[in-house]
Amino acid sequence: MNDLWRGLSEAVRLIVSLDAALIEIVLRSLQVTVSAVLIASLIGLPLGALIAVNRFRFRRATIALLNALMGLPPVVVGLIVYILLSRSGPFGVLGLLFTPTAMIIAQVIIITPLIASIAHQAIRDLWAEYHDLLISLNTTKRQRMATLIWDSRRSLLTASLAGFGRAIGEVGAIMIVGGNIDHVTRVLTTAIALETGKGDFGLALGLGFILIALAIVINLTIHTISQTERGGRW
Amino acid sequence: MVSDLLPVTAKGAVVRKGGKTILGPIDLAISGKGTTIVMGPNGSGKTTLLRLLHGLDRARDGSVSWNGAREDAHAAQAFIFQTPKMMRRSVLDNIAYPLRVRGASRKQARIKAEDWATRIGLGDALNRDAQALSGGERQKLALARALVTEPAILFLDEPTTNLDGGSTREIEDILSQALDTGTRLIMATHDIGQARRLADEVIFIHRGTMSAHQRATAFFEAPASQSAAAYLRGDIVE
Ligand SMILES: Nc1ncnc2c1ncn2[C@@H]1O[C@H](COP(=O)(O)OP(=O)(O)OP(=O)(O)O)[C@@H](O)[C@H]1O
Ligand SMILES: [Mg+2]
Repeated sequence: MNDLWRGLSEAVRLIVSLDAALIEIVLRSLQVTVSAVLIASLIGLPLGALIAVNRFRFRRATIALLNALMGLPPVVVGLIVYILLSRSGPFGVLGLLFTPTAMIIAQVIIITPLIASIAHQAIRDLWAEYHDLLISLNTTKRQRMATLIWDSRRSLLTASLAGFGRAIGEVGAIMIVGGNIDHVTRVLTTAIALETGKGDFGLALGLGFILIALAIVINLTIHTISQTERGGRW
Repeated sequence: MVSDLLPVTAKGAVVRKGGKTILGPIDLAISGKGTTIVMGPNGSGKTTLLRLLHGLDRARDGSVSWNGAREDAHAAQAFIFQTPKMMRRSVLDNIAYPLRVRGASRKQARIKAEDWATRIGLGDALNRDAQALSGGERQKLALARALVTEPAILFLDEPTTNLDGGSTREIEDILSQALDTGTRLIMATHDIGQARRLADEVIFIHRGTMSAHQRATAFFEAPASQSAAAYLRGDIVE
């Protein structure tokens, strides 16, 4: 209990004093995660729509694979990305290991299946609803996909937010590929792991509370923005 | 332009679903101007016949052919579903959608859509969410969305079921205006009075087969099948 209180007061102290180190790692957390969510959404949302609307040979297998990939252990993803990016690996020449870019790559791999899978479900349901109408109206495949994506945009936003939630709290993969280097690749989660390892539970917890608050604030903000756009229907 | 697409001909056309034959074999040709009314008891296959002609259901055996390429024929048609399908958009954007699909600019499409919404009696509901409309309002929206593209052939699957007397009249007026501009109507209905008012010819479907296809005057005087006669008398036809 004592540790929890110390954590809370530590969090308050860090925020009130606008601690420079804190601001730096919060911003880096956001930079890495938001980039990863944007890239993963650009891949995952159309992918989900494509699988929902098109009949192709390995469709069922693709869906099964996607669902399996949702449960990828981040540590393993981190390990594989590490090997690929390490000096002797195939992409070693790019020199990306222990950079924020490497962390973004790992996170994209972790959350793209999640975003694609939720998007697929949402768009499949809407497609069942719209199917006859869109066929009757002589829409092209492209038009169908665009219509379905646009009309299910609220569910797709939820898909992206789920990806955000998973990415912002992830530590295993980015610890491996980022290395938790101060001023370079240290983010909230890796800092928490570090402070916990050092036994500074107060600071670790403080950072933890800030992480949770950050996730809540971002979710609320985005929901509020999209709500006003829809006139608060849902 | 109607004469370009008609006649539509079904030759031994059969529709199967869920492992059983639900329609056919149907042999039929629809041509000329005016209104074809499709009648028959619940579950007889009216919806299936309309869907077959429009191309939403495929003939498992036999064929359906339009005078010209299937794609061209399909593009000149509109279909009003028995349960209207509302997109998750405003009333205005629902009606504008078919125009947008055909390449009209957003502005153009909206101007035309607003015009149709007003004609159909939804002028006050332009910015409302279509999915929050009542059953009757949905049917009106579906009619506006179908007519906005000025289709050569319009399929209507019981378009006035949820409407009160006044709204039914309004819609029948709009349909006769569409007829005047050359639109060909093919419409399923349960309403015998409506059939008498609108029909130029009647198709009667019973248990998945067509038991009568006659000019309207002939049909209502002397229907070509016993099931049709019983149906017109108000007997229970199964
Ligand atoms: N997907 C399907 N699978 C199995 N049976 C079907 C399917 N769709 C329709 N049917 C059956 O085909 C028959 C004809 O259906 P249809 O909808 O054409 O009837 P209808 O004449 O339009 O009836 P209603 O007046 O109730 O609208 C019905 O018995 C129906 O249960
Ligand atoms: Mg029906």
